[in-house]
Amino acid sequence: MLIRTTVNGRDCEADVWPGASLLALLRDELGFTGSKNACEQGECGSCSAWLDGELVCACLVPAVQADGAAVRTVESLGDGERLHAVQDAFLAAGAVQCGFCTPGMVVAAVDLLERNPQPSDETIREALAGNLCRCTGYQKILDAVHLAAAELS
Amino acid sequence: MSTTVAPTGSGIGTSARRVDGIPKVTGEYAYGSDLDAENSLWGFTLRSPHASARIRSIDVTAARRGDGVAAVLTADDLPARRTFGLEFCDQPILGDGVVRYAGEPVAIVAAETLEEARQAASAVIVDYEPLVPVTDMEAALEPGSPRVHDFGNVLRHVHILHGDVDSPEAEVWVDGYFETGTQDQAALGPEAGLAVPASDGGIDLYVATQWLHVDRQQIAPCLGLPEEKVRITLAGVGGAFGSREDVHMQIHASLLALKTGRPVRMSYGREESFHGHVHRHPSRTWIRYGATRDGRLVACDVRLLLDGGAYASSSPAVISNASTFASGPYEVPNVRVEGTVVYTNTPPCGAMRGFGAPQVCFAYESAMDLLAAELGIDPLELRLRNALHTGSVLPTGQVITGTAPVREVIEKLQAIPMPPEEPASGRDPISYPGGAGNVSRGESLRRGVGYAVGYKNIAYSEGFDDAAEATVTLRPGPDGPVASIRTAAVEYGQGLYTVLAQIVRSELGVEDVVVEPATTESGSAGSTSASRQTTMSGGAVLGACAEIKQELAKHPLEEPISRTFTYHHRPTTELDEHGQGDPHVAFAFAAERAVVEVDVELGLVRVLQIAAVQDAGRVLNPQGATGQVEGGTAMGLGLAVMEELQLQDGNIRNASFTDYLIPTILDAPPIVTEFVEVPEPGAPLGVKGVGEMATVVATSAVIAALRDATGRTLNRAPATPEDLVGIRPPATTAGPAPVPDVPGQKAIPEYLGLGLGQQELMKARER
Repeated sequence: MLIRTTVNGRDCEADVWPGASLLALLRDELGFTGSKNACEQGECGSCSAWLDGELVCACLVPAVQADGAAVRTVESLGDGERLHAVQDAFLAAGAVQCGFCTPGMVVAAVDLLERNPQPSDETIREALAGNLCRCTGYQKILDAVHLAAAELS
Repeated sequence: MSTTVAPTGSGIGTSARRVDGIPKVTGEYAYGSDLDAENSLWGFTLRSPHASARIRSIDVTAARRGDGVAAVLTADDLPARRTFGLEFCDQPILGDGVVRYAGEPVAIVAAETLEEARQAASAVIVDYEPLVPVTDMEAALEPGSPRVHDFGNVLRHVHILHGDVDSPEAEVWVDGYFETGTQDQAALGPEAGLAVPASDGGIDLYVATQWLHVDRQQIAPCLGLPEEKVRITLAGVGGAFGSREDVHMQIHASLLALKTGRPVRMSYGREESFHGHVHRHPSRTWIRYGATRDGRLVACDVRLLLDGGAYASSSPAVISNASTFASGPYEVPNVRVEGTVVYTNTPPCGAMRGFGAPQVCFAYESAMDLLAAELGIDPLELRLRNALHTGSVLPTGQVITGTAPVREVIEKLQAIPMPPEEPASGRDPISYPGGAGNVSRGESLRRGVGYAVGYKNIAYSEGFDDAAEATVTLRPGPDGPVASIRTAAVEYGQGLYTVLAQIVRSELGVEDVVVEPATTESGSAGSTSASRQTTMSGGAVLGACAEIKQELAKHPLEEPISRTFTYHHRPTTELDEHGQGDPHVAFAFAAERAVVEVDVELGLVRVLQIAAVQDAGRVLNPQGATGQVEGGTAMGLGLAVMEELQLQDGNIRNASFTDYLIPTILDAPPIVTEFVEVPEPGAPLGVKGVGEMATVVATSAVIAALRDATGRTLNRAPATPEDLVGIRPPATTAGPAPVPDVPGQKAIPEYLGLGLGQQELMKARER
């Protein structure tokens, strides 16, 4: 089935099978591989992206739901030249190891800070509870979100 | 909204930013699962649903007719060697007449889309004759047990005898029985890669792995190709923790690519990932300590059993490690260890962070707490009285010639402040045990404190010729000299490349250091495992820099100077018939204190703080080293309270992140990390690797704290809510597992002349 959508402001279309997820559309059809596939069940948050401004696990959203909608991914946040404050804070705080969870974690953190610019530890923990990281033990991710909040304020 | 990225150059001892950091935060970093090529196909694996079965026939007719299908291959289609393996080639590429575990690959498919490949795999008709499996490690040792392999179920038995374990000097004895469950590495990045057929008939493989050269050594014979026609490039690795030591999709994707003449990408889904890599061995340990009344250890007698699953993987090395560390980081003059790893019809176990050390740490540290209670001595004081130090003699007879700052590690841990007391009521609900579930208001909270001390070897042991090659090039540039590092060493998140760049910056005085892609065009750097790469590849880079500095002393930098250096650590030896020898090159030590809060009615846990002190030799990147301790601690915490692969008749029941739980940010406590820095003599820059030690001790520290809070036995990891409230009784045993009758200390396949794996590489180098 033909899906027409915008990704990071760019018009995109692709022909996908009816069971395809938004994540498969992004990664396999449109080449936005920043959103990662790690669990296919909405448990790990590696595929976190925005659908019409709402934070979603792209693996749980049928691709058809993106038809006519605006999708925003980690690729919208920064590039090699300029980084979003959250991306820079993740590097400064040492919150990146293997990096596989990082795009989803960054997206979820940006989403949190857009809603709540000065979150407490508890608020950060609750907001990122759906994003699994196997490398860091999370302490430096917590540090990174505080650092980004300070940078953005 | 944006900040400018600052230049990041800095040398040894600074928290230099990751060299691979920017593409990782932007999403541009290409992991194995992100790779694609023009005209590529998707590969997919059909796996056995049976733990043990004879394959009567496989009918691929319908599958080959499926939409978009380019190839369907079974064991009948294999072109050359039919088995592979890290230490012994005992693992079939595709089920060959029999299957020995549920999840074993039996057919592979390539098709235009992943969905078409999946559909075709489901159209393969396999006629199985199910056999009675052996799925319990003690049952595997019974005389009438089904045999996993023709030669029986014992994979390796290690016997260590030092002194007299019935020494009359011992006045007090404690006995314990301890179990650990099967842990999964659960790296977020799946097993994945891309195989591209080359015009010379060879294959170019891009894959997430841990050791390019040992992959190639296993892959090439299975493709019927000389090694030079198998060129491997490291893809981005989304975590490994040991799970990428073994070949996963490499041979399958290469076979499909060679068959179809088209690039083939494979990327396991999460369920398949649980079946497609090895796990941490489940263990059963019977341990007995004897001591004098004033708390001096006299004897330690250990019987240890690990379940290796259906194939050897690295189990022979894991049982050796576990056995040599089984009496703990303590001076014990009389030790006997009987360590056995068996084959069963369960998914293979192999390398995972700690490599046998966490399982025995849980046993010896739990037993040390029993002994402390029996003697009425403070648990840390008992450990201090018996702590290993330089010059101590280990159960193998090995004398510690390097550093062993066990006392310093423990004393530094004692100095870390405890977390403040918190009121039982009126808190933010999320700060109660089970907080996000909103089930408690603090009615039945009890705090507990537990400690664990442990140790592990650095780098390879038992006579393995451990080596790493690296090339450093220094060139003049318009803005000053620039350097590059070429290495086949694998970076999978721990920060190796950053540390190597820091060494070059400090040694050569250049800011601009590039780490080139890792390929088999470089010489082997060995595996990124065993906490060895900072020592080994760090040593190689340091050696290359030293040679470049010698050149620079002779003349200024006008042309590029390139030097390749291979670092070897000093030789170690195999174990003799009594388990005596000099098997390890160096040791690192760690101690952790866990403070927990348990809702003793609901069995829910909140870890309030973990304090961690680690012997690191010398810390090259404080932030990176701290990150290793924090991440390793979280992994050990997982095994303590939630992580276990549930097997029923050999089938994994929880192969998903919905059912196999790993710690979330709500479960992870604040971790206070400190290092003891006593440079290791003979090691490059005095370093010791920092990747594994926190995982070795964290499980034991957390469960000790849970015992303190609940007063329960908790002799099994993970400790479940049922254990914490006492619904489930402690793990019981009918007595120690028997000592098997074996020809000697080596792995059984070695006596049978089965094809060797890593050893071939070592012997080839000797030639």
